[in-house]
Amino acid sequence: MSELTNLGVKAIRDGVADGSFTAREVAEAFNTAVADAADLNAFIVTTPDHALAAADAADAQRARGEDLGIMGGVPIGMKDLFATKGVQTTAASHILEGFTPEYESTVSQKLWDAGAGMLGKLNLDQFAMGSSNETSYFGNVNSPWRKEGSNAAMSPGGSSGGSSSAVAARIAPAATGTDTGGSIRQPAAFTGICGIKPTYGRCSRWGVVAFASSLDQAGPMARSVEDCAIMLEAMAGFDPKDATSLQMDVPTWEAGLDADLKGKKIGIPKEYRMDGTDEEILKSWEQGKEWLRDAGATIVDVSLPHTKYALPAYYIVAPAEASSNLARYDGVRYGLRDLPDGAGLQDMYAATRAAGFGDEVKRRILIGTYVLSAGFYDAYYTQAQKIRTLVSQDFEQAFAQCDAILAPTTPTASFPLGSLNEDPLTMYLNDVFAVPASLAGLPAMSVPATVNADGLPLGLQIVGKPFDEQGVLNAGLAMQQRSGFDAQPEKWW
Amino acid sequence: MTSYRIQGATGEWEVVIGLEVHAQVTSNAKLFSGASTAFGAEPNTQVSLVDAAMPGMLPVPNRECIRQAVRTGMAIDAEINKYSRFDRKNYFYADLPQGYQISQLYHPIVGEGQLLIEADEKAGIPEDKVIGIERIHVEQDAGKLMHDQHPTMSYVDLNRSGVALMEIVSKPDMRSPAEAGAYVRKLRAILRYVGSCDGNMEEGSMRADVNVSVRKPGEEFGTRTETKNVNSVRFVMQVIEYEANRQVDVLENGGTVDQETRLFDPNTGTTRTMRSKEDAHDYRYFPDPDLLPLELEDSFLDECRASLPELPDAKRARYENELGLTPYNARELTAEVETFARFETLLGVAAAKIGKPEAKVATQVANWALSVAPGVVKSLGEEADMANATAEAQAAILAMQDKGEISGGQAKEIYEIVLKTGRDPEEIADSEGLKQVSDTGAIETAIDEILANNEDKVEQYRGGKDKLFGFFVGQTMKAMQGKANPAVVNQILKDKLG
Repeated sequence: MSELTNLGVKAIRDGVADGSFTAREVAEAFNTAVADAADLNAFIVTTPDHALAAADAADAQRARGEDLGIMGGVPIGMKDLFATKGVQTTAASHILEGFTPEYESTVSQKLWDAGAGMLGKLNLDQFAMGSSNETSYFGNVNSPWRKEGSNAAMSPGGSSGGSSSAVAARIAPAATGTDTGGSIRQPAAFTGICGIKPTYGRCSRWGVVAFASSLDQAGPMARSVEDCAIMLEAMAGFDPKDATSLQMDVPTWEAGLDADLKGKKIGIPKEYRMDGTDEEILKSWEQGKEWLRDAGATIVDVSLPHTKYALPAYYIVAPAEASSNLARYDGVRYGLRDLPDGAGLQDMYAATRAAGFGDEVKRRILIGTYVLSAGFYDAYYTQAQKIRTLVSQDFEQAFAQCDAILAPTTPTASFPLGSLNEDPLTMYLNDVFAVPASLAGLPAMSVPATVNADGLPLGLQIVGKPFDEQGVLNAGLAMQQRSGFDAQPEKWW
Repeated sequence: MTSYRIQGATGEWEVVIGLEVHAQVTSNAKLFSGASTAFGAEPNTQVSLVDAAMPGMLPVPNRECIRQAVRTGMAIDAEINKYSRFDRKNYFYADLPQGYQISQLYHPIVGEGQLLIEADEKAGIPEDKVIGIERIHVEQDAGKLMHDQHPTMSYVDLNRSGVALMEIVSKPDMRSPAEAGAYVRKLRAILRYVGSCDGNMEEGSMRADVNVSVRKPGEEFGTRTETKNVNSVRFVMQVIEYEANRQVDVLENGGTVDQETRLFDPNTGTTRTMRSKEDAHDYRYFPDPDLLPLELEDSFLDECRASLPELPDAKRARYENELGLTPYNARELTAEVETFARFETLLGVAAAKIGKPEAKVATQVANWALSVAPGVVKSLGEEADMANATAEAQAAILAMQDKGEISGGQAKEIYEIVLKTGRDPEEIADSEGLKQVSDTGAIETAIDEILANNEDKVEQYRGGKDKLFGFFVGQTMKAMQGKANPAVVNQILKDKLG
């Protein structure tokens, strides 16, 4: 039944519920697909038994005539940033290699409670720091996509690159991602799938290995807007264990999906027309406007004047928080401990952290430590916080004139693995369109638009008002219905 | 006015003292986790995932800790900041699992306040003095390293990790060890009145960082040293004494005082360098992104204020003005929570038993509580069973005394038996014959006999030798075997001697 792996979240859930197939059949199909796709290196560990157990539970529930959860019978991939009880959780780092939590993150628990099962823990950029999935201690993730006529390995984006690769390759119907400065949206755009980062605080951060606390948000990655709506509904919700969690009811996003945008205004920010942005991406942006207009929306020009400062500010705030968040990995209580002969405490710290962190993580810890240092704090961190406020105000003013904003997700399509490694700044530029919404804590989604001349997917981004995930999903749905995007990577793995 | 001065070779030096007191907040759970705070548990048995800084764990503020800090602020007349924020203080140490302490640098929860230390001539405090308090902020405690468990390794106990502390920062307003001692004692009393800290310095619930500098009177502040984690009032005073003299020696020998952190050695009463300014950490403080700013609502503040008990200064004034107690008694009775609590209970029961207003019996009860009763307890030592020291029993004794049924000596004797046996005081007085005779007939008969047998002395007394009155009283009491009511004896003697 290989066609089962072509199904998305909604189709699997509904098919299990109406008896078209069993959850076990689905789980077995995906477990097999995962096992056959080792070349993608999308998973750090696989957990076929977890998927089967959840499937059996769903089938048993159905046999008893009980209602299945909103993710009932759907096996998913779990980004290895979420703590999973009894299953190794590494953040793709050496320092946490072999670390097996005694606890389950709130988001993953909610998914299991909604009936989902786990195919495995997905590879990512180490501690979610990276835009190409090349910083993982467990090796690069390969995108299932390749340029037409080329065998060069392509980046699946990052940091949720295992997630994007797995979903695009149809070895998982959906996966969790986390987005700090574009880590859901950019990989989704690179691999022709959907991904939404909700409003900051919608999804609990409890049990998610922290990168930058004030920016980190979990969200779903799947092949359709509907699937994202369903999965986000399962993931979101107030959590008293996270002090920054939003104390709001979770809307019924799936039921609220409506592609009719009559009366809606969509803003086009002029500052996003940047040098270095791919012509084909600009073209797809124009196409996106047409789709939304066709769905009944009015297109208006808006200005986000501080956009150009957003990326530099992000690369101060995020490393600053990371430098502090990663201090706990010290070899004292868990994870890697490197204790050279005769070493004292300071030597142990130095040896453990030198061996346990990769170059990109070290780079960001150094940047973060520097910008928080006495004498530099005001010049960097305080300034960056001011910019953050200005960026938020830009959006507030723009949203006085429109209901949502349409922009490209990334300035370019995916690139070959290894091509940007020597140039961190160019790598960081990948997130230039994604970071402003992160700084402002706004819901933002990438949906596939088209493929470029190389046959690589391009994504478009919808940014919404705070708490208006529904508006974002609806605009995404309107584009999805009109783009007719059905490109699939040719199986080479 | 006497001032504390250090006599140096170059003249007098004045010492300037500021204290940072760390007080463990009384709460069942830690500042940001649900783990217990009980003292003395087995190592690492009161540690939540948050306290151990496991990956992905997040702090959630414990409202009770916030409430206690606010109430403490109100008790020192401080400004309560309705907006405050938590910051991270970053440094690496094995007892600090997160690699940072959550504290409040930029926006503390409590602003400026003050505390009164009372004149105590004997202790060297000539007059009442107000000590300014700069701020109170709340922060996490660290864990504890144990170096004596293994020949080459150190162990870590995280039971204390994450426990809520209030850091109460004074202004550099103190000028002598005595003032600093009085400040710590007063602060401790206020914390205990409020119930925000148990003040137990031995268990580490309260400890002080002592900032000391010296200067010639009237000159600018000198460079200060900070001696960390001093855990008794006596040690605080020793640190100041030692540091001030050390600094004077350094300065008079042409040296300069280094701004540094020092450690106190209780065995030698001296301090030594812990780390110098050059080794000072760069703590890279920044707002904790895991926590939202604390914004306190008026209703919360109202509730905090309403929950405050009568505080030491107000209680002392009431004892003097309304109960008519001496300043000494008022101060002694209000110094400790247990003392005033016992006193007020006994006062209530005794007044009811005696049938007079509290103000009428307060002095009697105060003397009993401060001097008589403790004397009896002390004399009994181990034999005293304090479970028998009920307010009811003591009130019964005081009532008998008030009615003249028993003498002061009998009161003590009865209380001794009460403490040893738990028997009823009135029953003891009856069955042990511990009652004074107020029967005028019996006393009159005894007196007549004594006067008849001592006609010479009666003559001398009537001739002006007043001192002999005591002789007649003594003889009468002896004849009555000590059980005559002295007031009745006096009256009859006066009448008969003319």
